[in-house]
Amino acid sequence: MKDLVSIREISKENIESILSTAASFKAVLKRDIKKVPALRGKTVVNLFFEPSTRTKTSFELAEKRLSTDVLNFSVPTSSVVKGETLLDTVRTIESYGVDCIVIRHSSSGVPHFIAKNSHASVVNAGDGTNEHPTQALLDAFSILERKDTLDGLRIAIIGDVHHSRVAKSNIYLFSNYKSEIRLIGPPALIPEFKGYNVSYFNSIEEGIEGADVVMMLRIQSERMTKGFFPSTLEYANLWGLNRQRLKLAKKDAIVMHPGPLNRGVEITSDVADSGQSIILEQVTNGLAVRMAVMYLLGRDNEQ
Amino acid sequence: MRKELLSKKDIDRAVSRIAHEIIEKNRGLENICLVGIQSGGVHLAKRIASKIKEVEGIDLNIGSLDISFYRDDVGIRKQQPVVRSSDITCEVSGMRIILVDDVLFTGRSIRAAMDAIMDFGRPAVIQLVVLIDRGHRELPIRADYVGKNIPTALDENVEVCLAEDCAEEGVYITGSQTEGK
Repeated sequence: MKDLVSIREISKENIESILSTAASFKAVLKRDIKKVPALRGKTVVNLFFEPSTRTKTSFELAEKRLSTDVLNFSVPTSSVVKGETLLDTVRTIESYGVDCIVIRHSSSGVPHFIAKNSHASVVNAGDGTNEHPTQALLDAFSILERKDTLDGLRIAIIGDVHHSRVAKSNIYLFSNYKSEIRLIGPPALIPEFKGYNVSYFNSIEEGIEGADVVMMLRIQSERMTKGFFPSTLEYANLWGLNRQRLKLAKKDAIVMHPGPLNRGVEITSDVADSGQSIILEQVTNGLAVRMAVMYLLGRDNEQ
Repeated sequence: MRKELLSKKDIDRAVSRIAHEIIEKNRGLENICLVGIQSGGVHLAKRIASKIKEVEGIDLNIGSLDISFYRDDVGIRKQQPVVRSSDITCEVSGMRIILVDDVLFTGRSIRAAMDAIMDFGRPAVIQLVVLIDRGHRELPIRADYVGKNIPTALDENVEVCLAEDCAEEGVYITGSQTEGK
């Protein structure tokens, strides 16, 4: 594996190797000394063309815990505003001898383009409305920890699937397993996934019934260029997760959310802070999973 | 060609002798933790512990250690091993750590294992058990307890098969290009 740009392009074997390696890194993160020399001497650049706090923080900490040297390149302070092309930016960065490029971009496909044009490993940290592979991997890791399996589960994904790269990467990831994926939300925000085994619901009550996993998505107002639903209040009334609706899922169902939360919109505070919520575990697991991804790529892409 | 160097019986005897040597060298067996290096060393550590229990009636702490994140041959070695778990249940600081591995070769794995252990704490002592010492050290490292010294050629391969993982237990040597001379 040289790059991680899309869940669709990696095998089930790759997925499982990432998940089992992540378990070892999670154990490292529980020690007093949370840093290992695994990628000592390697250089990683975080190339974020889109605002991000949590994903960037998570990647940066993962890189530091692997003993890499970290370069942060964020757009408002970079030469991109001076008119440099993407390829020139990448070539310039590559000339520093960078081993891995972590990229987030508002346009889908940019990580693919860079992966094709660079010797460095490329990790997609979210591209437009396309994919967010490390988020899907950390979701799978979190589910596996709680449910001991990724097969035979009923997984309800609720909200703005259309704009959600998280939802898409999860759908692609779970196509490797025998779990049932249910997509729930306003019709305008639920695209069709041809060739994937998913079912579609407009009513949250119907869709959530008997679910083992309830995965909430963030309403992405920044990507809404037209009216997909009347108002946030109406959205909360029709598709928000509250205590009553959660009761329709299995008793031991877990609630997930990729963050940041819009409390009172897609999820009520009492559910987000309840014992069934594993939202903060997802954050911790994200660190372990990203360490695993970068460790495995760094190991395989030695020149 | 695959040649047997040690039979199952020979391995048993070696483990038994090493157990006695550990008892002799660490009188009282206080504050000892046996740490097997993944994966072959883990089985051996368990066997040594049960032998010591037979003789002295003492249950020793046993741990396992994966050294993947501490290796210095990342990218040099063609086939990278699967990352396994580390499970050190005892407090390392102040303990007498006895590392257990199946084959001692260049010494680089042991260097990695010592670095890994140091990240858990500051042990009082680290000792080393190996079932086979095949020579060709690249670092100033030696074992405190050795099952058998076996002189090898660099292009040969020493394979330790334990009943926990293999059908037929034994130590084998394979792959010399100068064989048949």
